[in-house]
Amino acid sequence: MGTALARAAQWTAAGSGTGTLEITPLNESLLNQIIKFVEDFSSRHPQEAAFVFREPLEWETQLSSSVFGEDYEINDETAQSKAKDKDGKPLLLLTGSTLRVRSFDQLSRLLEVAVEKKLKEVQACLEANRDPIVKILGPAYGTVEGEDRSMLHLLDKVKRDDDTETEMKIKIFVFLHQLDLQLLNSALKQISQHVRLNPAAIDNEVNLLKNFSGKGEDTVLKSLQYTSDYVFFNGCRAPPWRQVHGEVCYLVIKPHDTGPLYITCSTAGVFLNGVSMKLAVIMSSILSYCHNTSYKTSPGQRERLLHATYGFSSHILCHRMAEAICLYETVRKDTGVERKSSTVSLKFKKKAISSESVKIQSSSKRYGLLISYSLIFKFLFSLLTVIVTLFSICTTPDMFEDESSSETEEDEEQPVCLQERSTDLPPEYWGIQKLAKYLKGGNATATVIALCSMRDFNLAQDTCQMAIRDLECLEVLINLLETEEIRCHIGSLRILKEISRNSMIRHAISDLGGLQIMVKILDSPSQDLRCLAAETIANVAKFKEARKTVRQHGGIKRLVRLLECTSVGSTSPTTYQVKDTEMARCGALALWSCSKSTRNKEAIRAAGGIPLLARWLRCSHVDILTPVAGTLQECASEPSYRLAIRMEGMIQYLVKNLSSESEELQMHCANAIFKCGEDKETRDLVRQHGGLQPLSALLSNSENKELLAAVTGAIWKCAISGENVSKFQEYKAVETLVELLPDQPEEILVNIVGALGECCQETANRSVIRRCGGIPPLVKLLSGTNQALLVNVTKTVGACATEPESMIIIDRLDGVRLLWSLLKNPNPDVQASAAWAICPCIENAKDSGEMVRSFVGGLELIINLLKSKNKEVLTSVCAAITNIAKDEENLAVITDHGVVSLLSKLANTKNDKLRRHLAEAISHCCKWGSNRLTFGENKAVAPLVRYLKSSDPSVHRATAQALYHLSEDPNNCITMHESGVVKLLLVMVGSTDETLQEAAAGCIANIRRLALATEKAKYG
Amino acid sequence: LLDSLTRSSKHFNKGEVECLVKLFNRLAAEPSNHFVNVGLDRNVFKDVMHRTFGMTDDVILDRVFRTFDKDNNNCISAVEWVEGLSVFLRGTLEEKIKYCFQVYDLNGDGYISRDEMFQLLKYCLPKQPSEEDTDEGIKDLVDIALKKMDHDGKISFMDFETTVRDDYLLLEAFGPCLPDIK
Repeated sequence: MGTALARAAQWTAAGSGTGTLEITPLNESLLNQIIKFVEDFSSRHPQEAAFVFREPLEWETQLSSSVFGEDYEINDETAQSKAKDKDGKPLLLLTGSTLRVRSFDQLSRLLEVAVEKKLKEVQACLEANRDPIVKILGPAYGTVEGEDRSMLHLLDKVKRDDDTETEMKIKIFVFLHQLDLQLLNSALKQISQHVRLNPAAIDNEVNLLKNFSGKGEDTVLKSLQYTSDYVFFNGCRAPPWRQVHGEVCYLVIKPHDTGPLYITCSTAGVFLNGVSMKLAVIMSSILSYCHNTSYKTSPGQRERLLHATYGFSSHILCHRMAEAICLYETVRKDTGVERKSSTVSLKFKKKAISSESVKIQSSSKRYGLLISYSLIFKFLFSLLTVIVTLFSICTTPDMFEDESSSETEEDEEQPVCLQERSTDLPPEYWGIQKLAKYLKGGNATATVIALCSMRDFNLAQDTCQMAIRDLECLEVLINLLETEEIRCHIGSLRILKEISRNSMIRHAISDLGGLQIMVKILDSPSQDLRCLAAETIANVAKFKEARKTVRQHGGIKRLVRLLECTSVGSTSPTTYQVKDTEMARCGALALWSCSKSTRNKEAIRAAGGIPLLARWLRCSHVDILTPVAGTLQECASEPSYRLAIRMEGMIQYLVKNLSSESEELQMHCANAIFKCGEDKETRDLVRQHGGLQPLSALLSNSENKELLAAVTGAIWKCAISGENVSKFQEYKAVETLVELLPDQPEEILVNIVGALGECCQETANRSVIRRCGGIPPLVKLLSGTNQALLVNVTKTVGACATEPESMIIIDRLDGVRLLWSLLKNPNPDVQASAAWAICPCIENAKDSGEMVRSFVGGLELIINLLKSKNKEVLTSVCAAITNIAKDEENLAVITDHGVVSLLSKLANTKNDKLRRHLAEAISHCCKWGSNRLTFGENKAVAPLVRYLKSSDPSVHRATAQALYHLSEDPNNCITMHESGVVKLLLVMVGSTDETLQEAAAGCIANIRRLALATEKAKYG
Repeated sequence: LLDSLTRSSKHFNKGEVECLVKLFNRLAAEPSNHFVNVGLDRNVFKDVMHRTFGMTDDVILDRVFRTFDKDNNNCISAVEWVEGLSVFLRGTLEEKIKYCFQVYDLNGDGYISRDEMFQLLKYCLPKQPSEEDTDEGIKDLVDIALKKMDHDGKISFMDFETTVRDDYLLLEAFGPCLPDIK
């Protein structure tokens, strides 16, 4: 059941760790089958059910101890079965909500008591035990990818010693296998409904079957023929008026024993004419029959049984099937067939089998014991292929993959359209045409000469590349890769490697299925070949589909394997090491190309690529460092990689290579640091390894824009840590950054301004920016449109505005107006960032009240932002309102715009940051007219009291001040008192924060005064 | 004999030499052999090369025989056998270049001429509609090969060596005369 669980079941968060089973119809049917299997297990196989698992299956149950019956000892939270294993441990143990079960017997009983919670329990169990077979039988039996030899090992073992335990294990293993197949089969049924046939696939299948038909006893069929030789342009053979019904072609099949069968192939499947039943149904019934027959026999017995039941050929069939199923594992590797065609072949093979079974039936009657074994073997073969294809479908990793994959493609290339072909062809064309003749027609010797001569052409040249493509050499070159001649492989790959730099050729190679073959070549024993194949893959895998193809055919794993160096430990720099380096370089190049797809990043990680990349990062050859660092920086977009890069100690080497000779390498390292700089620990590591100095130094190289973008990005992220900022100060990075401000492309500006913004945490840097003349270019950038840039610019300008001298410059350049107009930007990040920047501007500008009033409609604009849904926008606007309300006239205007009711509406928030700024805004707004009263009427007071229970002291302070101002109104005092404010404020009075103390005390005083006044009024 | 062979052989150890000599003795004892128990005649040699390495080209096999047969007596002695195989199976690139050149130099004059190339490449192309077409195709192929290796109409050992060192795929440029690379 391992394969089914790993492949067929739909897991959320596939991959490592614990995933959960998604709730889909497919999963539900899988679970139901598993339940049925377990429930029936103890009655059908009582002996095996008593088998004690190697380790208990353990999971969090929802069952309570009370549901267990009399066979269990129960005391409140725990329950244990009376049945014990030979060491006296209970077979079922429930402690709290953790359940441990150690036999099938107990499992099926458990399901009995679980009643309607069955499904949930099985799901929880499987989620907690991703490969239950391991726990049941021991780790040697785990589900492995690819070839599974555990069965064979087991058989060996049984042969050697006759111990009952192994036999028992074998039986259980076979049962589980059966279940596995059953699950896969039912999953397949669901999947195959979505797959349709096409003419090319049918044609392939027919040709395949034709190889096995002819005269003589040892063939599968007598003959197999199309009814019509005429092929329409679309590949169909059916007449057009039947094609509209989806029919593709018709076949006449002559089996050895019965009359001819007439078959219709349509896009919906393959049908036997005159029989309305889908052949798929026949096959599935045979298979299910096979599942129901027992495996309890030993090989010897099976042989005898075979003889005894030869009369009932269906039994033999099932036996053979059973054996075939055991065997399928060894062949399972051959699953390179495409999914569609494999389903087709499946359907075709079904057909073959059904006729075969008829044949065997009759022939067995005729020949008695002498049933032709060759026939059975043929049958076995076809069955095997069915099973192989069956599994190829289920083991194709992306079977359940969402086709609209999440791959992030920034640099997706599209094949450029062919330019107008000029009438006179270049001389290269004729030269290549001559060679093409020998490629196509010659034997290996002639081909090699042609291949070597072709390299003398300038293959980097467009005309040559196009000539090769137009002369159909590409097909031949790819075909050569499938020949036996290694020299042809090498010669062909050398050319493919060169011409695949052309994007049209890349697409053509991929379309011709070249990638699949090259991935296979990665397994070749010849190092040269592996290198060439990897390099070509590196060139071809520059677009999405190609990368996907590489992954789906197991290319990533093989490429990662190229990075493993075989000669570790040898001390002298032998040729081996040179070869290793070369191979790793090619492998890394290919991985680099592939790593642009998110799924490939994951695949590289899963294939164990990270430690290998880390190891090669330590070497000192630029050739290999560049692709390695390139791959790493590409992958650093994933959090898992960022963690790994830090944990594997790669930061040190990334930093080291910042000082490399190669600008490309420097760029990749800087980019990797840029992406990894999101994590604080990484930033610290960069500093500790002395990376900040080379980064600052690299700023002087402003010619290489890509490098500059990476370096400024790295500086930006590193500057998030305060310690790093002071280092940058030391290296005069801020000055250089300011100098770089004019005339840069936007993507670099984003990083530069981001870096400046972070550096402004340090007060000294603010004046540095001013002194270096950084403010005018910054203010100029405020009128830009790039949103990422605007966020950074507003932040930086805001930081500068905290300094009065800078503020004068900003004011003179009309920067505040620009900031204010950014509040109209549709992007909430920009809105929030602009509002934050406005705060210090109002605080530090001279005559700020007048300035704010001068923006026509400005106050209305900012008040309306209080209707935003974004928390950060709300918070920043509250902060801005706090500052605006300091000017009385402006406060009057915003009151008219309804600031009070809008603020009151926000009062129920749970966000501490918003609470703080909201409370500040409220306390400032209280100072005008009847605003206090209005806040009370809008029910803002009671929620404010609750803020005092927050854990954030800054919230307390702001709230206490707001409450103090609100308490000037008697009605508010009553509300506060009712909300239990006094007790809370009393605690605040004891605070060390004087402002808080004062505000709290003032508020209590107001409340007390009111109480006294009331009493006085009452009792006179 | 065994010891002297072991000493002189660069690429085989004693056990291997022993096996080769045993094989030699068995082959030499075959009744069809012309020089029973002395050496291998052309047919026996060709036969064993064909069976062991799947070499089929008769012209090449003849030349391989000649190259093995250093003293030109039409009979391969035990020494020639072991020494020949030493290059054939384990030779360094240099030895192999020399060996291949000798094989391709049909008349042994130190050059591979245009005619020799034509002879060697004669069966490279599938049968064309007419004899002339085939000949024309081969001639073109010879031209291509010549262009690749040299420009003065024939290939000297120097030319051959330079070409092969530049591109080792061309070691067996004019027909398979070494075991398959695996």
